[in-house]
Amino acid sequence: MSRIVIRHEACTLCEVCLNACPFNAMENLNGKIEINSNCKVCSICVKQCPEKCISKIEDELFQVDRSLYKGIMVIGEMRQKDLHPVTLELLGKARELADKIKAPVYCMIVGEELLDAAQLCLSYGADEVFVCEDRELKFYRSDIYAKLISERISQIKPSVVLVGATPSGRSLAPRLAALLKTGLTADCTQLDILDNTDLIQRRPAFGGNIMADIMTTRHRPQMASVRYKVFNPIEEIKNPVGIIKRLSINPDELLSGINLLEIHHEAVSESITEAKRIIVAGVGVSDPEGLKLVHQLADQLQASVAYTRPLVERGLASYTHQIGLSGRTVQPELLITCGVSGAVQFISGMEHSEHIIAINKDPKADIMNVAHVAVVGDAYEILPQWIEALKKGSFHV
Amino acid sequence: MKIIVCIKQVPATQNVQIDPKTGSLMRWAATTKMNPFDLVALEAALQLKDKSSAEITVITMGPNAAKAVLTEALSMGADKGILISDKAFAGADVLATSHTLSYAIEALKIDYDLLLCGQQTTDGDTAQVGPSIAALLNIPHISYVRKLISNPNTFTVESIINDDRLIAEIKKPCLLTIDKDFAQARYPSYWKLIETINTPIQIITLADLKNPDTINHIGQAGSPTSVLKIYPPVHEVISKKLSGKSKDIVNELVDYLKDEHLIERNSHE
Ligand SMILES: Cc1cc2nc3c(=O)[nH]c(=O)nc-3n(C[C@H](O)[C@H](O)[C@H](O)COP(=O)(O)OP(=O)(O)OC[C@H]3O[C@@H](n4cnc5c(N)ncnc54)[C@H](O)[C@@H]3O)c2cc1C
Ligand SMILES: Nc1ncnc2c1ncn2[C@@H]1O[C@H](COP(=O)(O)O)[C@@H](O)[C@H]1O
Repeated sequence: MSRIVIRHEACTLCEVCLNACPFNAMENLNGKIEINSNCKVCSICVKQCPEKCISKIEDELFQVDRSLYKGIMVIGEMRQKDLHPVTLELLGKARELADKIKAPVYCMIVGEELLDAAQLCLSYGADEVFVCEDRELKFYRSDIYAKLISERISQIKPSVVLVGATPSGRSLAPRLAALLKTGLTADCTQLDILDNTDLIQRRPAFGGNIMADIMTTRHRPQMASVRYKVFNPIEEIKNPVGIIKRLSINPDELLSGINLLEIHHEAVSESITEAKRIIVAGVGVSDPEGLKLVHQLADQLQASVAYTRPLVERGLASYTHQIGLSGRTVQPELLITCGVSGAVQFISGMEHSEHIIAINKDPKADIMNVAHVAVVGDAYEILPQWIEALKKGSFHV
Repeated sequence: MKIIVCIKQVPATQNVQIDPKTGSLMRWAATTKMNPFDLVALEAALQLKDKSSAEITVITMGPNAAKAVLTEALSMGADKGILISDKAFAGADVLATSHTLSYAIEALKIDYDLLLCGQQTTDGDTAQVGPSIAALLNIPHISYVRKLISNPNTFTVESIINDDRLIAEIKKPCLLTIDKDFAQARYPSYWKLIETINTPIQIITLADLKNPDTINHIGQAGSPTSVLKIYPPVHEVISKKLSGKSKDIVNELVDYLKDEHLIERNSHE
């Protein structure tokens, strides 16, 4: 591991480093340049210092024995009585990674009545499914779930643990990682693995304008969370050979500081995450006329309507219908953007869609680089004619 | 009631750029502000204080300059500001940040009922620090809290997790992360600002953290994750460009949908 050190005797207090540091990590404290907790050890200051008095040094640090850990484990998630589909997507990725390093795929599910879910995990690539079943575990509660799972993980010793970045996954994963004293990389968009089982975790960083490859080389297990609809499940295996193991639970492991009083299941019918076809309205079509056209096209194609963040911020639509980094991730078979510029934060929520059509006046708009069909034109001209053509041609979807 | 709110100073702009030639970050953190999600968490604490008496301590781990967000919190109505700052904390990832904050909370010896965090930060954007602190302090936590009532030994909270709206009772002491829709944060008061501008900010350094494990769990050395490289996003898609007369574009769009079997002509025609 590395850190930055300053030879204060050679420092002239020119403050070039202060101004070069992108993170405000250097301060002049009473005539001495000090590095503060913002430092990311990016080494920009090392290169910039005219006196060459800043350097990066490597420390000998704790290093886990990688060979004691084996396999890729997915933490399954239950949604009511069913397995959340993100679990199958993670199993798909786990299978791919595990095959690369010739290791097993594990899945762990916590809840009540889990046999069907466990079977499903076997059909989608798990070699071994561990189930923790109890009535008290029906709903997610941070304290008991994290304790229960972390203790089982410590025994099974997988080298990688994958968790869905759903709202409950986002609550569980960091608690688990802290108990296991290991690293967790949130919202990974890509994962790859080296022969020595080190996981390369790619995610957007610094608000999304930059991608970063992150690794957990010294600790095990390596933990990553991945959003729903980023990876794909494998094809269903007809006669899976994997096994299901029921783990015993101590009654005192079920004592929680949380008492659930009421649970209301809110309607998901409108959710854009599940939609097969989506038309997205951006700032370019955000007046009543433009939005009307978008809805008409959506009717013709039996699609749902989604929005970019500025429209949601203006109150034109609900947050649940926003696509992007701070909205939902979608992966429909057809996605048509109208008047959307294609900011990275937006693109990171839809780039895996099967067919992307973008309509934008500006041929240089970033959205054009991710669209399969890039239409350069005025949405107010094209949409009415397109809607008309679909109506006249009597198409069905 | 005693409440601790964790707040963080973040860059005021999200427009970080990367130099495509050198692959390094261009200056980005020039202006800073309080993480907007933490303003909401602080508001949640202030609303509890409005209803009954409460003492609010705001803490931040950051550089000396991060005192500014503590002062801002005082002018909104917080009672005490604490800066956790030492060069030994440099290079901290989520786990090391959570360790540092939890050691500091222990060292403060505040008999707190409630620890509040924002939903996430706009720079780290991980939403992980809150639940990690709760794990290290061995207290229960609930994320995405939208409503909050204090009872003698518990809090009653409403939170939205997945598609479920939950009402739950959670034992004191506990940690809650506050959903950004909890409430609109109040503005700092000018009079409060005048009143609090000279309130001293307590500084906690490495020497104040009494936990014997400390040194192995902070800063870069205590961070399991490391950034291998950073680069601008790349998108590689084979695309076809349509431009020209709207009529021709529309014909091509209809053909594309047909070719890709996204629409079919009605069979009875
Ligand atoms: C931390 C962070 C998170 C974010 N998260 C998200 C997120 O989750 N989702 C999101 O969407 N954004 C997000 N953003 C905001 C994002 O950076 C952009 O500001 C936003 O996506 C832009 O929306 P837009 O494309 O609709 O608008 P604009 O960028 O204003 O683009 C409008 C486009 O419409 C075109 N246009 C105008 N008139 C017409 C016409 N008549 N016909 C055709 N085209 C026309 C223009 O050429 C332009 O390209 C986030 C930002 C930050 C900093
Ligand atoms: N350096 C810090 N100092 C104090 N609180 C922090 C710090 N970093 C994160 N937090 C708290 O943890 C929450 C989540 O942060 P993050 O995991 O970075 O998204 C924030 O909203 C803050 O309440």
